Amino acid sequence: MLKTFSGGIHPPYNKELTKHKPVEKAKLPQKVIIPMSQHVGAPCEPVVKVGDYVKVGQKIGEAKAFVSAPIHASVSGKVVAVEPRPHASGAPVMSVVIESDGMDEVYEGVKPPKSLDELTPDEIKNLIRDAGIVGMGGAGFPTQVKLSPPPGKTIDTIIVNGAECEPYLTADHRLMVERPDDVVLGLRAIMKATGVKRAYIGIEDNKPDAIEAMKEAVKGFNGIEVVPLATKYPQGGEKQLIYAITGREVPSGGLPMDVHVIVDNAGTCAAIANVLKTGMPLIERITTVTGAGVKEPKNLLVRIGTPVEELIEQCGGFNGEPGKVIMGGPMMGISQAQLEVPVMKGTSGVLVLQKSEVKTNEPMPCIRCARCVDACPIRLLPTYLGKFAERGMWDEAERYHALDCIECGCCAYVCPANIPLTQLIRLAKNRILASKKK
Amino acid sequence: MGEYRFLISSSPHIHSGESVQRIMFSVAGALLLPTIAGVYFFGYRALILVVTTTLAAVLTEAIFQKLRGKPVTVWDGSAIVTGMLLALNLPPGLPLWMAVVGSVISIALGKMIYGGLGTNPFNPALVGRVFLTVTFPVQMTTWINPVDGTTGATPLALMKMQGIPTDYVRLFIGNVGGCIGETSAIAILLGGLYLIYRGYVDWRIPASYLGTVAVLSFILGGDPIFHLLAGGLMLGAFFMATDMVTTPVTKLGRIIFGIGAGIFVVLIRFYGGYPEGVSFSILLMNAFTPIINRLTVPRIYGEVKTR
Ligand code: SF4
Ligand code: SF4
Repeated sequence: MLKTFSGGIHPPYNKELTKHKPVEKAKLPQKVIIPMSQHVGAPCEPVVKVGDYVKVGQKIGEAKAFVSAPIHASVSGKVVAVEPRPHASGAPVMSVVIESDGMDEVYEGVKPPKSLDELTPDEIKNLIRDAGIVGMGGAGFPTQVKLSPPPGKTIDTIIVNGAECEPYLTADHRLMVERPDDVVLGLRAIMKATGVKRAYIGIEDNKPDAIEAMKEAVKGFNGIEVVPLATKYPQGGEKQLIYAITGREVPSGGLPMDVHVIVDNAGTCAAIANVLKTGMPLIERITTVTGAGVKEPKNLLVRIGTPVEELIEQCGGFNGEPGKVIMGGPMMGISQAQLEVPVMKGTSGVLVLQKSEVKTNEPMPCIRCARCVDACPIRLLPTYLGKFAERGMWDEAERYHALDCIECGCCAYVCPANIPLTQLIRLAKNRILASKKK
Repeated sequence: MGEYRFLISSSPHIHSGESVQRIMFSVAGALLLPTIAGVYFFGYRALILVVTTTLAAVLTEAIFQKLRGKPVTVWDGSAIVTGMLLALNLPPGLPLWMAVVGSVISIALGKMIYGGLGTNPFNPALVGRVFLTVTFPVQMTTWINPVDGTTGATPLALMKMQGIPTDYVRLFIGNVGGCIGETSAIAILLGGLYLIYRGYVDWRIPASYLGTVAVLSFILGGDPIFHLLAGGLMLGAFFMATDMVTTPVTKLGRIIFGIGAGIFVVLIRFYGGYPEGVSFSILLMNAFTPIINRLTVPRIYGEVKTR
C-alpha cells in the first residue's frame, strides 16, 4: 500500500502536456516587474531608485523583519519605476521595474561560498536568508525562518515535497528528473543547518521517472529515503504529506515544527543548491506554462519578474480563445485579470484555460450528498460550513473548524450542486479572523 | 496579444462535472429495474401507476413553483425519482386517483412546504405512502397475487398471521404479492449495486440496515433470509434509506442510521400491529438524522482534544 491520507480527489491530471518536455531557458525578458512582496511575512523595502543601474543578483529589496526575505534583481539594466504594480494576488503591490540592457551582467558580490562541508549551520542559514529563498511550492514562507525553530521546538525529520499534486504542473517533476543531485544537495544543506539526520523525499507515483532519478541521487547519503506516494490530490498539502510519511498530525492551528517536521519543496532545495554552487540568489525558477489555451505548453526556466504575457508568447501564444489565466494550478491558483502580472518566487505554473473549458454553472440547493464531506482531506463538513457562511453564522462556522480549512478546493470540485464551497469557507475564515483581531 | 477579457473567479478552477441532475437521473434509471420487474409480474396496470405518479409528482412541483413565483426546476429530476419511488411502494391495484393524491402529498407536504429540493427532513415518497396507508387503509392493503391475478395476502402477512412461509426463490425473483417495486429482490439488488458502483449510494446504509435485520430476526427466532427478501426491505434499504437529502452526511452516521432503521423494522415486524415496518423505520430514522449528524461530526485532522 502506498502512503497517503484520508479524503482527497482524483481530478484529471493533464500533466501529459508538459511532463516529458525538458526545461527550456526562457528568453531574457525585456523588462521585469519585481514585487516587493513575494513571500509570507513583511514586504521588503526597495533599496534602489529610478535611474539606478542594477546587475543580476544585486539586492533591490531589503527584508527588515525576521519573517521576510530579501529580493534581488533578475536582469541587469536600469530601474525605470518603483511603484505599485499589478500582483498575482489581485491588489497592486510595490514593485521595482527594471528594463533589461540585454547584457545579463552578474553583480560583483555574487561569488560561490565555501563548500557545504566547510560551512557551519549558521553560515548555511545566513546564505539561505541572504539569497532570498522562500518556499517555492506557492505559499512562499521564508525558508530560513523555517530552519530556525524557536527554542523548545525540536526537529527530527525533514520532508522534501516532490508530490506536485496540482493538476497540469510539472515544474518539480522535471526538476527532479533533470537535476536530482541539486535537490539532494539542497536537502543536505537543510539537514546540516538543522542538525537533522532523517529525511524523506515524497513523490506521487505518477512520476516514476522522478522517483527513479531521486533514488539514484540519494544513493550513498545516509538517512535520506525516497517515498513513493499515492497519486491523489492534495497529496502535496503540507499536512497531508506529513501524515502520509510520518503518520503524525499537525495540531489544529499549529505548524509542522509542532510535530518535529520541516517540509520544503523540491524547488526550494534546488534553489539552495544553486546558492551553494554559484552564490547566485533566487532570481529564477522553473514555471510550467500550460493548458489547452496555449499553443505549445512548456516548462520554462524563468527570471523572477517576467510578465506572464512574455511567457505565453514564448509558448506560441494563445490557442483558441482564452477564458481564464491562472497563476498556479487549477485547484489553488489565482485567476488573473491582466497579463502584465509577473512571475514570482512561488509561481509554479501559468495555466491558460480555453473559453469553452471555463464553465459557470448556476449553484443549486445542496442535496446533502456528502461528496464534499468524503473529499475533505481535513475531515471537515464543507456542506455545513458553506451554509453557515451563506447565512453569516460565523460562530457556528468557527465551531465546525472553518479555520482548519486548507482551501484545497476538493469540496467545491466534487459538489454536484455547484456550490462554491471553498469560496464560502474562505469568506468565513476571513470573517472569523477579522473578528478575532478586534 | 490582443484584448481578451479573462474570467476572474475563486479557486478551484476545475469541476468534476458531477451534477444533481445526473445523480437524480441515474437513480431514476436504476429504479427502472424494479419498475420493469413490477410491470412484468403485475401487468400494464403497474406501468400506468408508475407513469401516473411520476407525472403527478412533476406537475405538482412545477405548479407549486409557478404559484410561488420561483423558477421551475423539475428538470433536476428529483420529482421524477419521488414519483417513481411512490408508485413502487403502492399496491398494483390502487385506484389511480388515489395514487395521484399520494403524489401531490409527497411533493407538496413532503418537500415543497419545507422549501423544495434539499430542505425536506423526511423522504417525500414515504410521506406520500404513509398518508395513503392511513387514509385508504383497505385499498392500500389489497394485494394482487401475480400468479393468478386474485387478491391475497403478502408473504409477510402470511407469515405473521398464519405462520406460512414463502419459498426463497419466489421471493428473490418476485412473483409474490406486494407493492409494485418491492417484490423482486434481484431487480432491486441490481439497481442498488449499480448506484453503489456509480458512487450515488453509500454501501454503508444498505449493509448496516440489512445486516441488522438479519441478525436481529435470527436472534428473535425468525428466519433471517425470509425477512431480508420479504416485504419492502430491499427496496427501502437500497433506494429509500439511501436518499441523500434525508440521511446523515457522515460515514459513521450512515451506519447508525442503517442499524437504527433495522432495529425498528424488526420491532415492528415481530411485535407491532403491522406486518411491515420499512416505511416507518426509515421515516423514524429521518427524524433522527439531524441528531445523528451532530453526534457523529468526525474528528478533524489535527484536532486537539479540549477537556
Ligand atoms: S457536495 Fe454539494 S450538494 Fe453534496 S453535500 Fe456537499 S455541498 Fe451539498
Ligand atoms: S477547501 Fe477546505 S473544506 Fe473544502 S475540502 Fe479543502 S480543506 Fe476541506
